[in-house]
Amino acid sequence: MEVIQLQRRHIEHINSLFQEGYLDDQFTQLQQLQDEVNPDFVVEVVSLFFQDSEKLLTDLGRTLEAQPVDFKRVDACVHQLKGSSSSIGAQRVKNVCIPFRVSCEEKNRDGCLRCLRQVEQEFVFIKNKLETLFRVSNISRLSKASRV
Amino acid sequence: MEGQEPELGPCEFHVLAVDDSLLDRKLLERLLTTSSFQVTSVDSGSKALEFLGLLDSLDPSPHQQHDVKVNLIITDYCMPGMTGYDLLKKIKESSSYKDIPVVIMSSENLPSRISRCLEGGAEEFLLKPVQLSDMNRLRPHLLKSQTSCEDKMNNGCERETAVECESMYERESPMNSGIDEYESESPARSDGGHERENISKRISVSPPSERRRPKFSGRVMSKCTA
Repeated sequence: MEVIQLQRRHIEHINSLFQEGYLDDQFTQLQQLQDEVNPDFVVEVVSLFFQDSEKLLTDLGRTLEAQPVDFKRVDACVHQLKGSSSSIGAQRVKNVCIPFRVSCEEKNRDGCLRCLRQVEQEFVFIKNKLETLFRVSNISRLSKASRV
Repeated sequence: MEGQEPELGPCEFHVLAVDDSLLDRKLLERLLTTSSFQVTSVDSGSKALEFLGLLDSLDPSPHQQHDVKVNLIITDYCMPGMTGYDLLKKIKESSSYKDIPVVIMSSENLPSRISRCLEGGAEEFLLKPVQLSDMNRLRPHLLKSQTSCEDKMNNGCERETAVECESMYERESPMNSGIDEYESESPARSDGGHERENISKRISVSPPSERRRPKFSGRVMSKCTA
């Protein structure tokens, strides 16, 4: 019974992430690419996204603190972040990258810092949500396996 | 990342994938494998050239020529060092590989970039993130190149492919031609998924004074600096 409830909650979880725009159809693509032969594909790819993003966010923080600010470097980081968030379907993270790049072009340090804070928030949120998702799906997968 | 030449069945194609992003490489590998392609992926244009044996000169030694069998090259546009476009030109300049179809991917939907790549000899321009449905667009080029490989005298095949691609783009409703900087506008995709079709119909365009890209159904594209 518990497992079924977990699975139901798992599905609700994912649905709400889609409905609220945290994830877009690219995430669905990832799920479609996962199968019995590649059962961890989504986790692997999303983990890469977490690692990439954490490095980029750190780099961005450092670069924006420097005097003078290397806006080319900031832009390159944001470009990468936009790319990887787009590749896994992390829609809200990707969307913040757009005004972020505009602030870069305008060499607007305050604007960049605001965007950085926003993108960090979105990133932390989606990371927590996805990690929870993976934990839940792991539990239900393990329960299924133990019953076989 | 160099791979050994895979053993290919009669119907299997070997794709060389080039992207500096590990995440995108992983995604691309999976997409290609799911679509029954053999994949070798590298993280830069120079590694791609190295794999093809083109790094030191434009033409590989006769020994190398037979070592690497690649049916299609798919590359990201924005890469540090050598861009996808630079790689495209190098491949088209080589006598051994100029007939190999090259597909370029980019996260930036810039008509000027698309035209440039197509004029440079790219067979297709795919918008990132690349999806499963995009894999179907690779096959026609592979089949055509297989035919032209078998019949080296027939150059008409290649030209046909290029013309086909161009007319496919023209048929689509072009983006608003109100933007001064863009010459001929056409969407990055000729067909593709349902969502992409909707995108080409719901385009609103920002004033031409600034070099901004059109907005698509909530997905605003930002400028490319590369």
